[in-house]
Amino acid sequence: MGKGLTSAIAANRFGLGARPGELAAIGGSGPDWLRSQLDGPAPEIACDGLQSSASILAQIYDLRRAIRAARASGVAAGHEAGNGEASSAAAIGAFKKLPQLIKPLYVAEAGARFREAVATARPFVERLTHFWANHFAVSADKSVLPALAGSYEREAIRPYVLGNFGDMLLATERHPAMLLYLDNQMSMGPNSRAAGNIARRDPDRKTGINENLARETMELHTVGVDGGYTQADVTVFSQVLTGWSIAGPDGWRGGAQPGTFLFRAAMHEPGPKVVLGKRYPDTGYDQGVAVLRDLASRPATARFIATKLVRHFIADDPPAPAVERVAAAFSERGGDLTTVYRALIDSPEAWEQPTAKYKTPSDFIVSSFRGLQLPVSANKTPVGLLQLLGQRIWAPGSPAGWPDRSADWDGASALLQRIQWADAVGQRVGPGRNAMELAPQMLGGVLTAGTREAIAHAESAAQAIVLLLAAPEFMRR
Amino acid sequence: MKRREFLTTGALAAGGALLSSRVTFAGTASGKKPRLVFIILRGALDGLAAVPACGDPGYAQLRGDLAIGRPGTDGGALALDGTFGLHPSLAFMRQSYAARELIVFHAVASPYRDRSHFDGQNVLETGYPQPHAVQTGWLNRALAVIPAARATERERGISIAPTAPLVMRGPAAVTSWSPSHLAPLDDDTLQRISDLYSHDAALGQKLAEALAAEAIAAENTADADERPLLAKRGKPGAQYAEVVKAAARFLRQEDGPLVAVFDTMGWDTHFNEGGAKGQLAARLATLDAALGGLRAGLGPVWSSTAVFLATEFGRTVAENGTRGTDHGTATAAYLLGGAVKGGRVVADWPGLTPRGLYQDRDLKPTLDLRAVMKGLLAEQLGVPRRALESSVFPDSGQARTLRGLLRG
Repeated sequence: MGKGLTSAIAANRFGLGARPGELAAIGGSGPDWLRSQLDGPAPEIACDGLQSSASILAQIYDLRRAIRAARASGVAAGHEAGNGEASSAAAIGAFKKLPQLIKPLYVAEAGARFREAVATARPFVERLTHFWANHFAVSADKSVLPALAGSYEREAIRPYVLGNFGDMLLATERHPAMLLYLDNQMSMGPNSRAAGNIARRDPDRKTGINENLARETMELHTVGVDGGYTQADVTVFSQVLTGWSIAGPDGWRGGAQPGTFLFRAAMHEPGPKVVLGKRYPDTGYDQGVAVLRDLASRPATARFIATKLVRHFIADDPPAPAVERVAAAFSERGGDLTTVYRALIDSPEAWEQPTAKYKTPSDFIVSSFRGLQLPVSANKTPVGLLQLLGQRIWAPGSPAGWPDRSADWDGASALLQRIQWADAVGQRVGPGRNAMELAPQMLGGVLTAGTREAIAHAESAAQAIVLLLAAPEFMRR
Repeated sequence: MKRREFLTTGALAAGGALLSSRVTFAGTASGKKPRLVFIILRGALDGLAAVPACGDPGYAQLRGDLAIGRPGTDGGALALDGTFGLHPSLAFMRQSYAARELIVFHAVASPYRDRSHFDGQNVLETGYPQPHAVQTGWLNRALAVIPAARATERERGISIAPTAPLVMRGPAAVTSWSPSHLAPLDDDTLQRISDLYSHDAALGQKLAEALAAEAIAAENTADADERPLLAKRGKPGAQYAEVVKAAARFLRQEDGPLVAVFDTMGWDTHFNEGGAKGQLAARLATLDAALGGLRAGLGPVWSSTAVFLATEFGRTVAENGTRGTDHGTATAAYLLGGAVKGGRVVADWPGLTPRGLYQDRDLKPTLDLRAVMKGLLAEQLGVPRRALESSVFPDSGQARTLRGLLRG
């Protein structure tokens, strides 16, 4: 393999697309450049104006309280005036404030994430961040999740990307965004104290467990669907996770701040539990932590994570030797992620096929912005653009996250829309860009003679840009 | 519980034997080409909410607060027969039932018996008994074997989506279309990109398909008759209005596709599912409005159309701890359209008694979804029996093809 090829693979498949000068900086050794990005703590995102999940949830609580108050006073006033309809106007007015709170938070977070992706000098780490956020997906299309998806990524994913898998697992499963997304915050053990109290006070009220978080934690986050668990394991694990909840507006006697994780012991199903054949004594919150730690270190988890990483970074159909190697690295060092990434980089399979992966819409857009140095303005974020091309940021629509095979993205209509967007970009910035100079900077050793020729013969600078972005070697990574 | 409609496998064996000799082709009598629309309901739609078994005494008992009331009560079900009703949000579907254009299949399930959405959808789309067996879909493989005289390449199938869902991927050339809010390209640039793709067969073919679909879409945007029929922004159905409009536009064409597919999502009601009103009720109203919009948009083509709706599995019979339901097994599926011999509920009802449940929690499956799919493909698209049993639905011998689903 020529040195130019490893640079192009490193920048485009492992990174987020080469920026001008990046391939030269890599200097012919893609693997070394990738390894060097793993040193030091994972970068934080510039935090201007971004808020913590707890602060966001506290505002949502306040708003909900205002809505309830408006509704209550509206009903009272309407009762007095004999006019229920007019009186609910106040409540409706208050209700509309919720989207007014949520949307700007989403736009600010998505914009910050996009700017980081376009500007970062450690694009491998940023791609890994996107990978893990998608692995532990909370979809920004449910309830208040659009407001929390960004802070979730900053709080539960980024700090752990160069750390340990088990730590990231724990951070995600107990994050309020995940608890809300997978409906665990109200899940209550049938034999818990809280359930007993409710049954005495209000025998008609239903309480019980919700198995969503337990199931998806096993199926999607750790051992995978073939990881050897049964429905009974899901049921018992969901009992283990009862009580994993979120502090409400008044916080908690024990000191939990509103909007942060809270273990509600009264809701926890008491007793020892057996999950995947192992008995866990009743240690309250720690029982759940112990199950998660064990799930993180199971061989099935190593294999499942390795398969997903190899699919993402090497090929749609993961080559078995690479999966073996990465899974072994995962297990040998207890889920230490930089060891895992090094095994990935050391896999010869990663360097054999230069453009093995079809870009997702996000990859396509981000790499275009990086390659052409397109400006990302502070107020006009690319949120709409990603939605237009079919991949709204943090909104895969399911806890499985976005799919990761060519066939999931390479539709006819999707292709035409990419080209149409490329055309719009060409018309906007073409006159200021020289595609002949940019093409080798963006594509390096994978640039084909056919593409170079097509660009050279373009009838305008704008058209040359369209041809560069539409080129087969730029559609893939 | 008495057995209602009796499509037991035994009774079907006789009908199945007739199949090999002669294949009827719906719509041919009237000279119209058949149309098949498959709407995937992703997320496991609660069949006991959409099609409540109000007449089963176990229904109200086991469902508790989520139970839909009996027909005639406030917020009660829309009556179908003595046992079943439709959710009160499904007014258009009830109307279709009355017009004998809707069959509801109940206690139906794919061969998949675990409770993962993603594996369940994989089985629903591949048509194989095991998840992740192949990367092609049953509809595409069916299109690949229908006699060439019946459909040219262009006529076969379309996904109303940027990229085809798995059920439409495979050997048959199909296309996809989704509304673009971007300006079209000029011909010269397009030609140059096509030339650039001449050495890349995959991209070249995709681009050609996209341009062909775009041409059909562009030809027919000016149709006046579709405008008043579709939901306005913010009204139920608006979410799918553009998709439905597009599907109808393609299917209405004389040389349009035989098959159109699109997705709906949001059926995974673990939390605050609601009953006659609430979250699921609103989504069902949206779906119902979309179906009404599709009928309106198809105009005369509706009479030769069959719309099939299916989800990956059902939900628990009982309410969970958070006023919702968790992943279950059997559910309902739906076949409606002018081509459908409707006005019936097809169910070998297992009964909602604690002993009758699957694994003590779910509606027990008594009908294999593939039996419906095979009947639909045989009658609506003329897919030969041999292909149904081999390339389209391998290892589906136990799911005897249901006959008589269409007017024929």
